[in-house]
Amino acid sequence: MKPRVLILAFIAVLAVAPLLLPAFEVTLLNYIGLYALVVLGLVLLTGVGGMTSFGQAAFVGLGAYTSAYLTTTAQLPGWLAWAGGSPWLALLLALVLTAVVALVLGALTLKLSGHYLPLGTIAWGISLYYLFGNLEGFGGQTGITDLPPITLFGLSLEKGEHVFYLIWAVLLAAVLITQNLLNSRQGRAIRALKGGQVMAESMGVNTFRAKLVIFVVAALFAALSGWLYAHTQRFVNPTPFGLNMGIDYLFMALIGGVGSVWGALLGAGVLTLLKQWLQDWLPLLMGSQGNYETIVFGLLIVLMMQRIPGGLWPLLVRYLPVAPVRRVPPAPADPLARRLPPTKGMLILEARQVTRRFGGLVANKEMDLAVHAGEILALIGPNGAGKSTLFNQLSGVDVPTSGEVLFLGQRINGVPSRQIAQCGMSRTFQHVKLLPAMSVLENVAIGAHLRASGSVLASFAHLERHEEARLLAEARQQLERVGLGGYLFEEAGSLALGQQRILEIARALCADPCLLLLDEPAAGLRHKEKQALAELLARLRDEGMAILLVEHDMDFVMNLADRITVMEFGQKIADGLPEAIQADPAVLQAYLGAE
Amino acid sequence: MNLQIALLLGQDGVTNGAIYALLALSILLVFTVTRILLIPQGEFVTYGALTMATIQAGEPTPLAWLLLALTVTECALDVLARYRAGRGLRVDRGMLGKLAWCAALVISVYHLPLASLPVAAQALLTLCLVVPLGPRLYRLFFQPIAGATPLVLLIVSIAVHVAMVGVGLLLFGPEGARTTPFSQAGLELGPVTLNSQTLWVLALSLVLIIALFLFFGRSLYGKALQATAVNRNGARLMGISPELAGKATFAMAAFIGCLSGILIAPITTLYFDSGFIISLKGFVGAIIGGLVSYPLAALGALAVGLVEAFSMFWASNYKEVIVFTLIIPFLLWRSLRSHHVEEDA
Repeated sequence: MKPRVLILAFIAVLAVAPLLLPAFEVTLLNYIGLYALVVLGLVLLTGVGGMTSFGQAAFVGLGAYTSAYLTTTAQLPGWLAWAGGSPWLALLLALVLTAVVALVLGALTLKLSGHYLPLGTIAWGISLYYLFGNLEGFGGQTGITDLPPITLFGLSLEKGEHVFYLIWAVLLAAVLITQNLLNSRQGRAIRALKGGQVMAESMGVNTFRAKLVIFVVAALFAALSGWLYAHTQRFVNPTPFGLNMGIDYLFMALIGGVGSVWGALLGAGVLTLLKQWLQDWLPLLMGSQGNYETIVFGLLIVLMMQRIPGGLWPLLVRYLPVAPVRRVPPAPADPLARRLPPTKGMLILEARQVTRRFGGLVANKEMDLAVHAGEILALIGPNGAGKSTLFNQLSGVDVPTSGEVLFLGQRINGVPSRQIAQCGMSRTFQHVKLLPAMSVLENVAIGAHLRASGSVLASFAHLERHEEARLLAEARQQLERVGLGGYLFEEAGSLALGQQRILEIARALCADPCLLLLDEPAAGLRHKEKQALAELLARLRDEGMAILLVEHDMDFVMNLADRITVMEFGQKIADGLPEAIQADPAVLQAYLGAE
Repeated sequence: MNLQIALLLGQDGVTNGAIYALLALSILLVFTVTRILLIPQGEFVTYGALTMATIQAGEPTPLAWLLLALTVTECALDVLARYRAGRGLRVDRGMLGKLAWCAALVISVYHLPLASLPVAAQALLTLCLVVPLGPRLYRLFFQPIAGATPLVLLIVSIAVHVAMVGVGLLLFGPEGARTTPFSQAGLELGPVTLNSQTLWVLALSLVLIIALFLFFGRSLYGKALQATAVNRNGARLMGISPELAGKATFAMAAFIGCLSGILIAPITTLYFDSGFIISLKGFVGAIIGGLVSYPLAALGALAVGLVEAFSMFWASNYKEVIVFTLIIPFLLWRSLRSHHVEEDA
């Protein structure tokens, strides 16, 4: 069965639900919808982007209070008077305000790694909560009452079963645009945030911008939910926007499963119903009133993180009769534009007197190196010679202490790797950096990130499908070129290590580079695979590509490379043609210890 | 504002700041050893204060039963784990000791004349009850996922906090509690009288801070604990048990939290859910210290206490807003200093 059929069935059930269910159950469904909208943002943030926020409830409050203030205050300040009275105008302003606040908070905190981000969200979450309770005109702890209901096409959505349709329509639309976003070029960049930031940057992705995008989107979903909440309830007070609720939202996301947009709905549903049920039963059991359900929730989350950290949705999916859609991208009429290949023999990359110190340790000392178009330069040396350090400096991951790295005649010391990528350098990693849960095809498509320009907004509506088709076709073509054409839809993590290395080469090629940096591409490959790789690299060289490779397999290097540079203890000890290197006494000394 | 008010506010600020400093140190201690941000730190404070109040009221505290239940669960899990590892069904001396300790506590809270005990004995009994909660929590909730990502640890930490607040309501009820001060004397200092509780807080905080400093800076075991934080496997190969290190740190955290609770219970009315905000202020202090430096964290926490006290005077409604917004410039500063892209999934 196709997923679409299942979703249509779900929508049909939703459409008739208010006609069949009693008012109380409809209200519960409304709440589930409102919560799920917030949790959807958290799925995007936490599950996809790897950032944890406890502050979403504050954004809900921002949406709710903005609208409450604008629609109920009799004497708005002059400059705001135009926005008074109408929930729809208030929504517009609430979204704008939330976007601004989220941009500021995001700009301040999203560069932080590890723990600072979640702790930061707790801090501003609390600040905003107390602000709601204390700001002039917000009614203190009692809040604001008598909000007007939302009117739509002249129909006033006063009753729960009417606003039900609005809430769920908004939610499903949000699910749709989130899924659209994730299945796009921008979405792949966002999905790379969790565990692939270094890789993504070297493919030209601005990871900070990607973080900011999902942070703002999540905040807007929350504000939208707050607006709906305020006009469904018809009153607001600070309580539902506190940190406790922020924690509840995160719990919903975790219970449902942060890996999937449908996990948001499941989590919101399960937690809301469970809470309802526990609030009915626990006080009877405990003999007094109180929020005892928090004990159950807390222990439940602990148990889940210990036993099923992926949440409930992945468990459920196993029992759903859906077959994934796998469409081999066809070759489009107009493939992606290629850059003009450099003329053969042109100097592409040059290192001049590069020195890198780590404290007292000199990892690279006055290294010189040059790679030309249509040439394969191999960088070899014993373990610990400083090859990887040099490699990192050449690719913009690390900055030399002194000396210069020139790429196409331009100095690139300290230039971020994504800008270097833009100029036409592409690389693979010694320790394979893939997104293991993503398909082979999509992993490779990340390489072509810079060759398209579809915006986030276009991705929401899937207006960039033509461009997307060109990207995927390019990825498929590169995969076929390296011999992985039969694995397009496998999970990248399921490939053998050697194949993963080849995948990285396909990804690098997808960027249409003029220089390829390969860090131990032949490691883990079988003999036949090595032969195929050597043929591929030779062909690329003949097309005019400049290739720099670090490699330990001497047969491979000697048969393939045009020139070889040998390093030991951070310094260059030899430089020249393969035959000359094989006979060089310093090299023999370094490798064999012979006199 | 005149000098007298300033001194009074200062006294308030320093007292609270000293408590926040203790908590900040404890949070830092747990973080550096286990990579867990101990959100439930504040619950140790409220459990300590409320247990002390229950004891002073002469009522048997149900906390003893909670401790017994957790200990029985822990022993059962340990026995089970051992059985699964093929080492047979065996109860060892450590388990019997833990169970005997709990049983003794249950008996004591029902049979000792709690209300008429000297304050020191009451405090000691409270510590005996609350401190073992630390290692129990570590064993039951954190040890099974000790190798998980920091984010998972944080989420579990929050979950444990949420559950503990609920349990606190169950154990101590919704009413707030305040205990009797350790002594009535005060110290005349110019225009203000420092009350004795303030002096107790300052003195004990100072002693604890110095003790911690010596423990980590000078003792082998302190260094071993820090080694576990840097590299669990490495430490294990050197013969340091990460499990033991985790339990020991949690015991210290529970001790510091409980002691803080006992110290401030005569000054502030605490409720079952007061712990969160208190520990968050400790966190603000710890973050100002960059989650690495003990002296900076202590200073930061002291600053939090002072800012809180003075904003109470000028803008009392915005007290919490000011305190928690304080953290943003520090986060900004840290974020400006970090340029490179980090992998932290």
